Amino acid sequence: MRRKIPLIITFIIGVVLVTGYFVTRGPFNTLYESFSDYFAIITVFAFILGGGSLLKIHLKRVSNRSTDWPYSVVTLAGFLVTLVIGLFKVGNPDGMGGEILAAGSWLRFLFDGVYNPLSATMFSLLAFFVASASYRAFRARTKEATILLSAAMVILLGRTPVGAWLTAWMPEILGFLELPNLANWIMAWPNTAGQRAIMIGIALGVIATSLRIILGIERNYLGRRE
Amino acid sequence: MRLSPSRRKPHPDSFAIALLRAVLACTVFVAMAQTDLLFAQTDTESGWFNADRTQALVLGIVLTGAILLYVVLAASGRPLFIRKIAGLETVEEAVGRATEMGKPILYVPGLNDMDEVQTIASMNLLGHLATIIAGYDSRLHVPVRKSLVMSVARETVQQSYLSAGRPDAYQEDDIHYVSDAQFAYAAAVDGIIVRERPAACFYLGGFYAESLILAETGNSIGAIQIAGTARPPQLPFFVAACDYTLIGEELFAASAYLSKEPRMLGSLKGQDAGKGIAIVFILAGSALATLESVTGNETVREVSQIVLWLFR
Repeated sequence: MRRKIPLIITFIIGVVLVTGYFVTRGPFNTLYESFSDYFAIITVFAFILGGGSLLKIHLKRVSNRSTDWPYSVVTLAGFLVTLVIGLFKVGNPDGMGGEILAAGSWLRFLFDGVYNPLSATMFSLLAFFVASASYRAFRARTKEATILLSAAMVILLGRTPVGAWLTAWMPEILGFLELPNLANWIMAWPNTAGQRAIMIGIALGVIATSLRIILGIERNYLGRRE
Repeated sequence: MRLSPSRRKPHPDSFAIALLRAVLACTVFVAMAQTDLLFAQTDTESGWFNADRTQALVLGIVLTGAILLYVVLAASGRPLFIRKIAGLETVEEAVGRATEMGKPILYVPGLNDMDEVQTIASMNLLGHLATIIAGYDSRLHVPVRKSLVMSVARETVQQSYLSAGRPDAYQEDDIHYVSDAQFAYAAAVDGIIVRERPAACFYLGGFYAESLILAETGNSIGAIQIAGTARPPQLPFFVAACDYTLIGEELFAASAYLSKEPRMLGSLKGQDAGKGIAIVFILAGSALATLESVTGNETVREVSQIVLWLFR
C-alpha cells in the first residue's frame, strides 16, 4: 500500500492538472497555482531537513577531526551566524518589526558585503573556464571541430566592431559576406534550427516522462518498495 | 478469478481500437469547437473549454496516443529497436573505473527542485546508477541544492542499495544538502571535486550558469564526465567540458534506457514516433507554404493554414 497510494495520488493529480490546463472555470483553472503554493509551503518545511543535514554532517566532521575539518567550521559559523541574525533580526534598526533586509541591518551587511561579492567571485571564474573550454573545443582536430571553430570565429568577430571594420571594404553586392551579417545569419538560421530541434525533442521527452509517471510505469522516484 | 500476468496484458488490437475511438472522440470534440455551447475564447468565459488551447489538445492526444500505443506493443512482447546512447553505454565503465581507482563517484542532480521534470528524470536515473554502484561496492556522493531533492535522492538510493542486496553499504550522509544559493552550491561542489577527486562525475538535471564551472573543474582532475540537461543554453558548455553529453530528450530517455523494462522502452519508441509526426508536419508545412507562395492556390492556402493553426 505504501507504493500504491502515492501512485494513485500521482495519477489523480496528474489527470486533474492536465484537465485544468484546458478548462476555463474554477476550481480547475486555478489548480496549478494552488498546487504551486502547496509546494512552496512543503519546501519551507523541508528546509529544516536540509539545515539539519548540513549541521549533522559538519558537526560530525569537526568532532571527528576529519580531513579538511576547518572548512566545516567556516561553513557552520557562516550558517549559524546568518540564521541567528536573520531569524531574530539582530542589528536591525527597526527591531523585530522591521524589514528583514532593511538598510543598515546586519543581515543587509552580510548580504551586500559577504554573499554578493562571494557569488560574484564564483560567477567571474566563468570567464577563465570559458577560455579553457573554448581552447579545447575549438582545436581543429576533426571536420566537425573545424566547422565549429569557423562558426565561432565568425560569430566572435561579427559581434565586435573589429569584425565590421575588417569587411567594410566589401562591395554592396557581397554585403551578405560581411562578418556582422554572416554572424546574424548563423544565429538566425542554423543555430535556431538546431535549438528548435532540441526543443521539440525535449518537449516529447517531457510528455513521455510525464506519461510514465502519471501511469505509474516509472516508479524509481518513489524510492522504498513495500 | 485472478488472471495470469499474460492475460492481464491488454491486447494490442484492442488498444488500437481504443486509440481509434479516442481519435474519433477528439475529432468530434474539435468539431464541437465551432459551437458556443461547450467552448469559449478566454476573454468571453462562456463555456468550459479554452478554445485557444485546442491545438495543444489535438497534438497532446496524438502524441500521447503514439506513446501509449508503443507502450502496449512493447508490453505485448514485440521487439523494439532502440538506438544506442553512447553516454549511457559508458555509465557502467565509469563506475567500474571509479571502483578500480578506489575513488568516489559524484552525482550532481542540478539546481532545480522536485517540481521540475528534469529533476524527476535525474532522480530516476540516480536510482539506476545507484544500483550499479552498489553492485560494484563503490562510493556515491550526492551534494544537493534543495532539501526535497535530498529526501527523494536518499529514498531512491536506499531502495537501489536494497534491491542490489547491499543495504549495509548505503550511507545516508553521502547524500546531503549544501546550500540553496546558486554559486555557494557551485563553490561547494567544486570544493568536493578538488578535495575528493572523484573518478566519475555525473551532472544530470537542470543547470544554469554554474554548468561550466562544475564541468571544467571536473575536467581538470581527469574524471570521466557524463552530463545531461534539458536546458539548451547549457548544452554547449557540457559538450565542451564533458566526455559524454545527454542532449535534451536523452536525459528523459536515460531511465527507460537503463531499466531495459519493455513498457519503459516502448515509451521511448513512442517518443521517436512523436518525432516522426513532428518531421512530417514540418516538411508538409514547409512544402505547403512554398507551394502557396508559388501558385497562390486557394486550396493549398487553406490546407497550409490548418497546419499553421496546429502549431500556432
